[in-house]
Amino acid sequence: MPVATLSIHRGGLGDAPRRDEFEIAFEAGESVLDGLRRLRIARDPTLAFRYACLNANACKECMMLLDGKVIYACTARLEPREMRLDPLPNKTLLRDLATIIAPPDERLDRP
Amino acid sequence: MLRRMIVTRTPADVRHLEADVLIIGAGGAGMYAAIEAARRGAQCVLLVDRSLIGRGGATVMAQMTVAAAVGSGDHWQHHLADTLAAGRGLSDPKLAALLCEVGAECILEMDAWKVGWARSGNGFAAVQAPGHDRARCVYVDFLSTGPAVSRTLRAQVQRVGPAIRRIGEVAVTDLIVQDGTVTGAAALHVATGEALTIGAGATIVATGGLTRLYARNSASLNMSGDGYALALRAGAVLQDMEFVQFFPIGHLAPRLIGMDPIMWDPFRYKLGGRLLNGAMEDFLDRWGGDAENGTYSTTRDLATYAITKEAEAGRGSPSGGAWLSFTHVPEAELRGAFGPVIDRLAANGIDLTRDAIEVSPIAHYHMGGVRVDTSMRTNRPGLLAAGEAVGGANGANRLSGNAITEALAYGRIAGAEAARIAASGETPAFSPAAASDATGRLRASSRVVNTAEMIARLQRLMSTEVGPFRTASGLARAGLALEAMRAEVGDAPPGVSGVPHDLARLDWFDLRQMILVAGTVVQAATARTESRGAHQREDFPGTEEAWRLNQLVELRGETSSLSRLPVAA
Ligand SMILES: Cc1cc2nc3c(=O)[nH]c(=O)nc-3n(C[C@H](O)[C@H](O)[C@H](O)COP(=O)(O)OP(=O)(O)OC[C@H]3O[C@@H](n4cnc5c(N)ncnc54)[C@H](O)[C@@H]3O)c2cc1C
Ligand code: FES
Repeated sequence: MPVATLSIHRGGLGDAPRRDEFEIAFEAGESVLDGLRRLRIARDPTLAFRYACLNANACKECMMLLDGKVIYACTARLEPREMRLDPLPNKTLLRDLATIIAPPDERLDRP
Repeated sequence: MLRRMIVTRTPADVRHLEADVLIIGAGGAGMYAAIEAARRGAQCVLLVDRSLIGRGGATVMAQMTVAAAVGSGDHWQHHLADTLAAGRGLSDPKLAALLCEVGAECILEMDAWKVGWARSGNGFAAVQAPGHDRARCVYVDFLSTGPAVSRTLRAQVQRVGPAIRRIGEVAVTDLIVQDGTVTGAAALHVATGEALTIGAGATIVATGGLTRLYARNSASLNMSGDGYALALRAGAVLQDMEFVQFFPIGHLAPRLIGMDPIMWDPFRYKLGGRLLNGAMEDFLDRWGGDAENGTYSTTRDLATYAITKEAEAGRGSPSGGAWLSFTHVPEAELRGAFGPVIDRLAANGIDLTRDAIEVSPIAHYHMGGVRVDTSMRTNRPGLLAAGEAVGGANGANRLSGNAITEALAYGRIAGAEAARIAASGETPAFSPAAASDATGRLRASSRVVNTAEMIARLQRLMSTEVGPFRTASGLARAGLALEAMRAEVGDAPPGVSGVPHDLARLDWFDLRQMILVAGTVVQAATARTESRGAHQREDFPGTEEAWRLNQLVELRGETSSLSRLPVAA
């Protein structure tokens, strides 16, 4: 099986930025989200990222940066190389790869 | 007595919100309920979702069709007859009638709200799904039904204005009960990890289904069956929990991304499409299905049975399912039916003129759920339910296209009734003391355990032992394993409160609900010693007239207890 190396931004707002690297074997065609979900189960359940629909690309919650470009984690495919994952840069960071993306009037604290 | 939305802090320093009507879950049912409650005069409707508003559940994922008697010559009573036949004798006819009658009105209202149902001539375009006596399933092309329904309702909710306050990332963990009446809820604010309480004159559970209990499912992250657990713990009754619908032709291989795994169905409606075994032979008729001859006439329970049995007999496709082939369909016709989807498939390396794909059953929908009356009230004052969270209308098997109709219709009915209850002032004011257990749990800390792994384990267990085909011994194993997991999960969530987007902690709250709900499925499936619709017992293969009963589940202390009732007339 091919192996991807996921280099993942860790930490919350105000934390000193840090990265974790995970090697993950995958089947051809699997998505970055497949990989992240498997990491939570097998390696680190505290890893934070957003998603809801898993496959359908309907919820649009799984946006993040892959090598600096905005992607949907559920449609970007794993590749046998180092893949750098970062939170969306123009949104407030929650933790790791998760950011505040709800429209302002749908938040508990409306800005 | 109408409440104003106020944000305060309770003595325990937990943030508190007040509403006339609290709606838990912003899918089709929740959003329709919010619109209707506001239309009926509720001035402070609070619509919360554990995910983003209108994007977290099954509604936005449903790519296919919606059943409603809106075509010329059709009548909701024809739709009702088909719904009852599909329910295999267990449907509640009054609830089913509401689905068909009010559902048709909602479909027309959605049209006025510009959802964009596909047109044909002067009317709606419609396809005939299995089990319907005519072409009755409207849709938004291509594969856009659910997103269009969600978008339209969300726009409508926004149009209502300040009477509806929407808040995402609020995962309700408990309902609050005072002297037998539900007075609100406690929740985890996922974004900040803080506890939250909400007081409400009426509360609607619109949390959707439970398919996340299974390893292979068509659902979203948020379908843990929360609503069933919330209702059960609040003293409400569940029914028909043994009836989990497996969708026969869920996508299996090759790995397909950017599409929901049940996307093949509409193309089966439009083009037929052949289901073949590993040796590329037709096989449905071997297991009691129709020899389809290029049409699509086999209902979901029969197709699930045939595909599973054929694979068990060693004649499955390489990944253990069946082949679905459109290779006999001319390319132009494929293009006409699939439209731009052909290109999305090509990006996944699939060329339908050449390749068959592999499909197999996948957990898809839950027929059972919260027991309600025709106003969507539970037996607990102050508590209502709507959408897939409700049990009864679809009995032992649901017709395709009925679920979105159900969500819209029941949402509308529940919203109206909740507005009435809130205005009546019959619900006591929320008392923080009644919420102290729930808020205590939300703020408790404990050692870190791998809750993500435990959920994966529970999903494998349910798939292996409590899938579409069940035996007494498998169900007993599942029951024991769930007991052990309950002990393993413990009484407090891992880590500390107040950590932003803490999925490990959220998983713990989900597990707490999933174990309870899975237990009710196992319990009801064990007791039903017959096979009917979506519940197939290998050790009791026949359908028994004596089992034309609904099984009800209630919580007595920590344990759930089962009773039986003749099907409502
Ligand atoms: C992939 C797929 C395709 C489908 N296709 C069709 C189809 O073509 N036609 C059809 O009729 N039906 C279809 N169905 C079924 C149908 O979509 C659902 O039954 C229906 O949409 C349910 O609507 P709902 O509003 O009851 O629940 P949902 O739309 O699932 O919404 C429930 C909401 O509740 C939220 N929630 C859950 N728990 C909590 C909690 N504890 N606190 C706060 N919020 C919570 C969730 O985040 C979610 O947003 C499909 C289902 C799936 C999964
Ligand atoms: S997980 Fe829903 S769009 Fe990616």
